[in-house]
Amino acid sequence: MKSLGTTGLILNEKLIFEHSDPGRKGYSLPALDVPEAALPAELAREEVSGFPELSEVDVVRHFTRLSTWNYGVDSGLYPLGSCTMKYNPKVNEVAARLPGLAGVHPYAPEHLAQGALSLMYHLQEALAEISGFACVTLQPAAGAHGELTGMLVIRACLEARGDSRRKVIIPDTAHGTNPASAVLCGYEVVPVASDGILSAAAVAAVMDEEVAALMITNPNTLGLFESEITEICDVVHAKGGLVYCDGANLNALLGIARPGDMGIDVMHFNLHKTFATPHGGGGPGAGPVGVTDELAPFLPVPLVVKEVDAFRLDYDRPHSVGRVKAFYGNFGILVRAWAYIRSMGPQGLRHATAMAVLNANYIRARLEGTWHLPHRRRSMHEVVFSDRDLGGDCHTLDVAKRLIDYGYHPPTIYFPLVVKGAIMIEPTETECVEVLDEFCDAMLAIAREAQENPDLLHQAPLKTRTRRFDETAAARNPRLKWEG
Amino acid sequence: MRYIPHTEEDIRQMLETVGVDSVEALFEGVPAAVRLNRLLELSAPAAESELLREFGRLAARNATAASHLSFLGGGAYNHFIPAVVDQLISRSEFYTAYTPYQPEISQGTLQAIFEYQTLICQLTGMDAANASMYDGASSCAEGVLMAVRATRRRKVLLSRALHPEYRATVATYCRYLELELIEVSFDAAGRTEPGELERLLDKNTAAVVTGYPNFFGVIEDLAAISAAAHDCGAYLVAAVQEPIALGLLKSPGELGADIVAGEGQSFGIPLSYGGPYLGFFAARKKDLRSMPGRLVGETVDSEGRRGFVLTLATREQHIRREKATSNICSNEGLCALMATIYLSLLGKQGLREVAQQNLAKAEYAKEKIAALPGFSLPFAGPTFNEFVVEAQEGADPVLGRLEARGILGGIALDRWYGGMPGRFLVCVTEQNSREEIDGLVAALAGGAQ
Repeated sequence: MKSLGTTGLILNEKLIFEHSDPGRKGYSLPALDVPEAALPAELAREEVSGFPELSEVDVVRHFTRLSTWNYGVDSGLYPLGSCTMKYNPKVNEVAARLPGLAGVHPYAPEHLAQGALSLMYHLQEALAEISGFACVTLQPAAGAHGELTGMLVIRACLEARGDSRRKVIIPDTAHGTNPASAVLCGYEVVPVASDGILSAAAVAAVMDEEVAALMITNPNTLGLFESEITEICDVVHAKGGLVYCDGANLNALLGIARPGDMGIDVMHFNLHKTFATPHGGGGPGAGPVGVTDELAPFLPVPLVVKEVDAFRLDYDRPHSVGRVKAFYGNFGILVRAWAYIRSMGPQGLRHATAMAVLNANYIRARLEGTWHLPHRRRSMHEVVFSDRDLGGDCHTLDVAKRLIDYGYHPPTIYFPLVVKGAIMIEPTETECVEVLDEFCDAMLAIAREAQENPDLLHQAPLKTRTRRFDETAAARNPRLKWEG
Repeated sequence: MRYIPHTEEDIRQMLETVGVDSVEALFEGVPAAVRLNRLLELSAPAAESELLREFGRLAARNATAASHLSFLGGGAYNHFIPAVVDQLISRSEFYTAYTPYQPEISQGTLQAIFEYQTLICQLTGMDAANASMYDGASSCAEGVLMAVRATRRRKVLLSRALHPEYRATVATYCRYLELELIEVSFDAAGRTEPGELERLLDKNTAAVVTGYPNFFGVIEDLAAISAAAHDCGAYLVAAVQEPIALGLLKSPGELGADIVAGEGQSFGIPLSYGGPYLGFFAARKKDLRSMPGRLVGETVDSEGRRGFVLTLATREQHIRREKATSNICSNEGLCALMATIYLSLLGKQGLREVAQQNLAKAEYAKEKIAALPGFSLPFAGPTFNEFVVEAQEGADPVLGRLEARGILGGIALDRWYGGMPGRFLVCVTEQNSREEIDGLVAALAGGAQ
């Protein structure tokens, strides 16, 4: 088959420190217009040893070359499951860079930051409407930060009820951040097994008066809607617990169903997934948290509130858990997410979800005759296959690396943990059918190669600038900085 | 919708392949009882041109250093950002990539993080830096948690001269972990009170946390604090809220810090109303395995070529789940890239020169303000680019008066430190010309007579 992947001229590039040449300069400063000053000698250091010296051209070439070794959503399909790598609209980048937004100091007086506060207020309101929650904080900087915030809020609420509890139930399909966040709130984790979806009976079997909360992801990481969600929430609530929802997969639900209407008490959003803000090679994201009325008093300070004709930051929230970072949230990311919501409108968001689900089901339909599909319920926005039926002693990692040769970023692999050799594919709505067809053709070709020429998989990737890395050596003898 | 490519015909054919007769049928797994049977109540979509007008109107309602003379600092600084920084981070191979889980097609991100980790180690004088945390405050909180893990002790001493929002963040992170957080007051120099620190330090103390420079802009005697902490086997966590200062100041590592947590916004990252910023985090080699966050390490590929991978992941949540050293997953990767580009441009000489300009301009402003009747400098300790001013007439009236003349003159401290109604924090950077500083001084003088 015709492959998207090819080889071309890719330039080698040293470390920035290896380019350094004493006396080169990559900056300019105005002449000093005040008398020089010096620190007391005992406080002062010599120059920063090891810092590079380069011209502006050196720096630009260096990072431009590095960028060509990367693959981004703008390069092609990036079907990482549960990561929602949708297209990042360019106008949002322009909006976030407007000097009147990018240049506002966080301690500017509130009446001189009304544009920023207005944007934040309207985003809080829009996220509340989209999710069905009463109140939203924008402060958390990422999804896991939102989880921590949400679980702190749960604990604060229970303690205010005079009901100190010590356990949190987490299904085996959950993201690793869920148990890690629960532990940060002083909770002990009780795992619960699911069979594709979580049953209310399985939750009832472990639910008791010691359980503070259940943390659930809906749709879950198998891409399946938790269809017993209302019954599950009833079981937890009946014993005095609360329900946390990991909102990583909200892209499957926009305008279709709202977690707040399902009985869920708290949910975080990942603006860098569902709301099209870029991942930046690992961040920055934003992880707002929505809660019910009962939990609203416990949200971090400050919240943005609207008065008659002005917006202000409300610090007067005596039950608040406090703050989880300095200032008010990753504002630049909030700007991009608000631009996305304003560009999409209510029909657009619903259409995005519909096409995301259609794309995932289309991939499933094209691959399920060849690739092992461990769970057969209707898929939502993502689909999980496994390497079970792959021949030639080939495994999921080999498939991932071979997909690179075909020109794709690999899907999420070996997650969720409940599927052995999982291959978790989330195409998102921004991919057209031709791209999906080419990707499916590549997946089918790889399955054939595994039977006929497994070395192609074992050796992959063959077309990249570098081949597979020795990760064991990296961990055994860590070299975490350049030593010259 | 221009971001969604499906035509009616595409949808029809795809549904046929899937084997359902409508898009609605794809949602059969969602029970009717939880379906939303109405449109979301959101405004109708804006076209690109309308959107830009709308955002332009929002932007016009905010004050910036372009509309006002600004002397605001307090953990977020108005430094010049070379054009190269934004041009390079706008390469979409960088900003539209995910976390570099697949190293063969993420070497750009990975090498840049490796360079970032190196720069942070050089700057802080530490052995190992992680790939970033959310911001200075959360990085500081992670530093406290790491010190607690490493020392297996449960008492933490926080200087009251540490940024109030960092202290608040630490308190939130520790809220349910049964730790004892105790605040240590500051002295007439604006430094952590050494006698009180000595009295509070004991064999149960996990960490002492101080700013460097601290929230008042004062440079702490880090060597003395470190010696006192180490005498009791406690860790010193140094929180650097203005890292440009490290272009001139002895590194926290050299002075004995065990953990350096800081805010990297000064390194080429826009003010952006408080975020996204850059939490940097560095520690000693012996504590490597209890560090939070991602680490990039050097290795070789199957043909012996140098390359970089995420490493020591067994500390992290996706492997260790409830036993992880932190719950952090997404960090501030692109902001770390901005800092790497900024520091590469400035280099050895430039960082020093920028730091010298900040110091010189702040000293000039200090001297002029101290000479004004009705104003004084309450803290005697040495400062870098910000300092506390005391106004006889009270901070709020003074700042209000300045604002009326288009000057954002500082940050009133009373909201965090009760009983300081006259005090405000003034920050001067390389962005403030002598003329601007003279303007501030004249405006202060104008009403103080």
